[in-house]
Amino acid sequence: MINRWAVVVVAGALALAGCSSDLPDDKAPSAGSPSSSGGSPSSDAGKSKFFDQAEYDRQLAFRNATPEGPDGKPWEQMLQPEMVDTAKFAKPGGNYTLCFSNASVDNPWRQVGYKTMQQEVKLHPEIAKFTVLDAEAKDDKQISDIQSLSGQNCSAIIISPNTTATLTPAVEQACKTGVPVIVFDRGVNTDCQATFIHPIGGFAFGADGAEFLKEKVKPGGKVLALRILPGVDVLEQRWAAANEIFAGSGLNVVGVEFTDGDAAKTKGIVTDYIQREGQIDGVWMDAGATAVAAAEAFQDAGVDVPAIVGEDQQDFLRLWADEGLTAVAPTYPTYQWRTPIIAALKILKGEQVPKEWVLPQPRITGDNVKEYVKQDMPPLHYAMCGCEDMPGYPGPWK
Amino acid sequence: MTWRPRLAEGTAPVLVVLLLLLVGLAIAGPAYDEPSGYLALLKRAAPLMILAIGQYFVIVSGGFDLSVGALVTAGVVIAARLINGSESATAWVILFVLGFGLLVGLVNGLVTTKLLVPSFIVTLGMLLVLDGAIFLWTGGAPRGALSAGFRMFGRGAVDVPVLGAVPWSVLILLAILAAAALFMRGGTGRALVAAGDNEAAVRLSGGRVDRLRLLAFVLSGLLAAVASILLGGFASVSAQVGNGLEFRAITAVVLGGVLLGGGRGSVVAAAAGALSLEALFTLLNLLGVSGALESAVQGVIIIAAVAYAALGSGVRQRLRLWPKQRNPERPAQPASS
Repeated sequence: MINRWAVVVVAGALALAGCSSDLPDDKAPSAGSPSSSGGSPSSDAGKSKFFDQAEYDRQLAFRNATPEGPDGKPWEQMLQPEMVDTAKFAKPGGNYTLCFSNASVDNPWRQVGYKTMQQEVKLHPEIAKFTVLDAEAKDDKQISDIQSLSGQNCSAIIISPNTTATLTPAVEQACKTGVPVIVFDRGVNTDCQATFIHPIGGFAFGADGAEFLKEKVKPGGKVLALRILPGVDVLEQRWAAANEIFAGSGLNVVGVEFTDGDAAKTKGIVTDYIQREGQIDGVWMDAGATAVAAAEAFQDAGVDVPAIVGEDQQDFLRLWADEGLTAVAPTYPTYQWRTPIIAALKILKGEQVPKEWVLPQPRITGDNVKEYVKQDMPPLHYAMCGCEDMPGYPGPWK
Repeated sequence: MTWRPRLAEGTAPVLVVLLLLLVGLAIAGPAYDEPSGYLALLKRAAPLMILAIGQYFVIVSGGFDLSVGALVTAGVVIAARLINGSESATAWVILFVLGFGLLVGLVNGLVTTKLLVPSFIVTLGMLLVLDGAIFLWTGGAPRGALSAGFRMFGRGAVDVPVLGAVPWSVLILLAILAAAALFMRGGTGRALVAAGDNEAAVRLSGGRVDRLRLLAFVLSGLLAAVASILLGGFASVSAQVGNGLEFRAITAVVLGGVLLGGGRGSVVAAAAGALSLEALFTLLNLLGVSGALESAVQGVIIIAAVAYAALGSGVRQRLRLWPKQRNPERPAQPASS
């Protein structure tokens, strides 16, 4: 008996631990965009705690705004910019040393982005030296990386933070050295940086996919939502927006599952749902890395692939074009890795930059998917790299 | 002459568990009314079952193999890079991946037996070496693509009379399982179990313990390579494909009643343990239990199964006889719910 009870207690404890670890710590709901946190967080019961009505409305409005900047070069464009003067950082004459503290290069998105950034550096002869420290996805390493860069003779420091809250003090310290600090991708809770560069954001990304399903799936249709993992603010925002749209859509969300970004697990989950529900009419995903595995689950079950949300990776785009899928690909464009270099040079030349540099965040639809399919690129290459016209393409990205 | 099924010790409980889970599946999921549902389950469980068979060889001879998960990832990533979408490269790349698994198993085995480093440490080291090497080589983003020919084994099916379309992976699994069961009934197989039970006795009676252990690691490496071919075929290239598989395989083996430390347990039970684990996860999913509970469930199983085995036959005897204790002299236990 004692043994049995022990097992029950252990099981219960583990179950509780498992549940509570799903709940993210109290992160700032608008962490992705620190300078815009004026809105009041919604307190509706069914909504995600990451849902922020004001930020949601702002991002959805950005999607229809006309960007300023050169046509055909979205990495130089900006949405509704509030320009600030950077004369105090001006250091004419060239011979710059740019320093970059990178959160990690441990996934294909960051790989494509980083390669694009390296090529951007080569385009500018006034950059004499480009120093990069890779934090390997560790907050503590990135904090010491930033400290180390602060002690070197950097003309400007570019930071792609690993996490929001933990890296904030380190970024503030870097600001105190007096050189311009440029933050991009994920944000930090400070406004000491010269500019913060990011695409529109997670709410717009999640909404793009959810609106597509609302349009393509018949009312009452069964939608399966696949998420990578809980607690990461960029991913939570995507889901919060989709959840908001599904709530008033008449669609039946039959499941919200975490895939860990694992293709085999994704395929297994989708197969289970096809069996359990008999039919799935739409698949929403918070990131497209396993979209091909999800689509294959339908193919292997001998049914048509339903309306599906992916991303701009080549393997998915090829499948989409070849099989004529009903699909949409919101993007979190990798061309944003070009912008920090451009911004750094603008600042060092004393030109104005926006305090918050919001880049356009296009989506790929059935009408233009064929333009983005590049047969000779690797399957995990992100199409929205803005790198096709760079010298040396496609060599470094292969 | 009547044929009597010969079940090795410890096989019966896991078969009962498996049967209960399969009945549960039949009730919970309409897809399990037909054989095709079970074939799909078997197809998905095949890589884990093959890994569990390999892990069984190592565990029953007294060791651990923690490197199989990393080896699976390495197999898939290497295959994708070498094939790079070209159909003609399929055959030699499959041989290369199998050879790579064999080599990793050989290194694990040689370091364990010749340098006398505990297998737990050797294979943990191998896990880290492979993980690090894969990361260094790919930078976290695998390149290349698998060919349709390579993916056929994990994804495709072949028409078999009576049954209809049977997945390749199920056929491969059955072949490996039959071979493993035959092997364990032979002299070498029995010596392998004996080496895990009492190394000195085997050595004194003329058995070559080192060779047996080396063989176990080589088989485990080879089977991990087979599993990587099936998993790569099932779900294509991913740098996370092998994550946590080593612990899943060990859980499966332990669930199959195989004693950690070696010397007891059957290979069929280990494979049945793997199938039970996969059936349990499928059932939990069908019942709508969050996938986040999977690792917790796995942890409970591993602790409970090892505790059950460690407490020895005394407890098992008591548990079995427990209903008979309700006699007039001793008041019945209050219902524990």
